[in-house]
Amino acid sequence: MTNDRNDLTLQRFPGRRSPGEGGNASTLAKPYRAFSVGRIGAITVNTLTELTRLKVFYFLLVFALLLIGSSMFMAQLTFQQEFQILKDVSLGAMSIFTSLLAIVATARLIPQDIEDRTIYTILAKPVPRLEYLLGKIAGVLLLLAIGTLVMGAVFFLVLYAREQTLVHVTMRQMAAAPREQIDEALRAVRASAFNSDILPGIVIIYLKACLLAALTLFVSTFATTNIFTIVVMAFIYFIGHLQAIAREYWLQEHSSGWISRVFLAVVALIFPDLQAFNLVDDIVAGTAISLGLFFKTAVLGVFYTTIYTLLAAFVFYGKEL
Amino acid sequence: MIRGLLVLVILLALGALKLPMERDLAAVHRQEHFRGVEFNLDLREKIGQLGFIAALSGFRSIVADGLFIQAHVAWERTEWGRVLLLFQHVTTLQPRALLFWDMAAWHMAWNASVAAMNDRTQPRLALRVKAQREYFALGKDFLERGIKNNPDRPELYEALARLYKEKYKDHERASEFFGKAAALPGARTYDRRFSAYELSYCEGREREAYERLRQLYDKGEKERLPTLISRLKVLEDKLGIPQDQRIPDSKSLQH
Repeated sequence: MTNDRNDLTLQRFPGRRSPGEGGNASTLAKPYRAFSVGRIGAITVNTLTELTRLKVFYFLLVFALLLIGSSMFMAQLTFQQEFQILKDVSLGAMSIFTSLLAIVATARLIPQDIEDRTIYTILAKPVPRLEYLLGKIAGVLLLLAIGTLVMGAVFFLVLYAREQTLVHVTMRQMAAAPREQIDEALRAVRASAFNSDILPGIVIIYLKACLLAALTLFVSTFATTNIFTIVVMAFIYFIGHLQAIAREYWLQEHSSGWISRVFLAVVALIFPDLQAFNLVDDIVAGTAISLGLFFKTAVLGVFYTTIYTLLAAFVFYGKEL
Repeated sequence: MIRGLLVLVILLALGALKLPMERDLAAVHRQEHFRGVEFNLDLREKIGQLGFIAALSGFRSIVADGLFIQAHVAWERTEWGRVLLLFQHVTTLQPRALLFWDMAAWHMAWNASVAAMNDRTQPRLALRVKAQREYFALGKDFLERGIKNNPDRPELYEALARLYKEKYKDHERASEFFGKAAALPGARTYDRRFSAYELSYCEGREREAYERLRQLYDKGEKERLPTLISRLKVLEDKLGIPQDQRIPDSKSLQH
C-alpha cells in the first residue's frame, strides 16, 4: 500500500465549497503541502506519548538513576578516587542506558504500528512516508533528550551533594589551619568534583544515542520483528566500536589476502565509527575537549543520523505494507 | 531486490565520503590525547575476554574502575603481586587518568617496598633490600610510563621527583623532574622552589643552585620561606659569598 498518488493533491472536504462558489474563507480547504512540519510535529508528539507509556522506558530510566545515585556509596576512598569512580560510573550508566533506550524504543516503532494497524490509518491519509518516519525518529530523539536531561540532572545533583559533604568534612578537619591552606584544599576538592568538559561529553553521549536510533530505524525498515532488529543492532554496536581498527588496518595495507581486505573495507565503509563518540572516558581522566574536536564529533554524529534516517525513508518507500 | 542493492551501493558511496571525516577526527583525537588505548591481543590477554569486550563497547573507564577497586581490596590484604597486576591492567585501560599511575607507583615504591623490607619470612637482609629495590623500580616504571602517556601534565613529573628524592636519594634527578613539572602549565608554585632545594644538595652544582635560590629570594616576601633562607645560608657559606652580597640574617629580617 503506497500513498504516492496523494502527494500533490488538494485536500477536499465534503460539504465545503470552493472559493468560486462564494464560501467563507475560514471554511475553505487548505492547499495540500508536500512537506509539512505540522504533520511531522503531530506524529512526533504521538510517538513520544506512546513511548513514555512504555514500562520498559521507566524501567531503564529508574535503573540508570539508581546506578548513578548508588555510585556515591560505592567505595570509601580518597576524594579524588571517589570523584573519579562516581563520574566514570555515572557517565558510563548514561552511555549504556541512552544507547539501550535508543535501540529498544526505535526497534519497536514500525513493527508495533504494523501490528496495531495504526500505520495503515496514518498512511491512508495524505502523509508521505518520509514525514511519517521523520515524526517517528523525532519522537525517539525527544525521548532520548528527556532521558539524557533527567540522568544528567541526577548526576550533577549527586556530584554536588558529594562535593558539599567533602567541603564540610575538609573544613572541619582543617579548622585550625591557616586560611590559605583551607582555600587550597577546598579548591582541590572542587576541581576534582566538577569539570566543565563533562557537559560536551554528555552532549556527545546523546549524539551517539541519536545515531543508534537512526541506525535502528534503518534496520527496522527491512526487519520483520523487533527482536531481529535488536539482535542486529547489538552486533552493529560491537562492530561499530571495532570499525576504527578495521579502517586503519585496511588503509595501512597490513592485511594479506584479498578476502580479508574486502572484509575490512566493507566493515570500514558500511559501519559507523562508534569509538569516535567515546570521549567521556578520557574527559573524566582530565583530558580537555577543544571546541574544534567537539564540533567535528557533533558534525559526524549529525551526518550519520541524517544519512541513516534518509536511507530508512528510501527503504521504507519501497516496503510492501 | 533492486532497492536493496541500491541501498548497499549508497551505503558504500557514503562510506567512502565519511572515511576522510572519520580519519581526520581520529587524528584530532590522537593529537588531543583521546583514544590512547590500543585494542589488541596483548590487551585482551591482560584484562580477559569479558573485560576486553566491555572495554571495546565503550565502557573502558568502568572496567578500569572495577579493577581499581579490586586492587584496593588486594592492597588491604597486602597481596602485592595482585596489586601490581591489577594496576598494570588499570593503567593500560585508562592511561590518561593520573590518579591510577600515581596510586600504582605509590603502592609499589612506598607500601610494597616497606612491606618487603619488613618481611619476617625472609631472614636474609640482602634479599629484603633487593626486593625493596625492585619495588622502587616498579614504582619508577609506573611513573615513567605515566609521563610518557601524559607529557603535558605536571603531576607525575612531581611524583617521580619525590620518588627520586625520598627513595633513591638522587637529588640531581629529583631537581630535574621538579624543574620539568614547574615548566608545565598548571604546576604547583612550590615545584620551582623544590627543584632549587634539591639542586642545592648536589655536589658540584652549588653555584647554579645558589643562583636559582637567589633569584627566587629576590622575587619577594612570598618566596622567602624558612627552607629557602636556610639553604641559601648554607650555600653562601659553602661558596664563600662576600658579606655585602649575602642575604640578611633571619633575625635581622624580623626586625
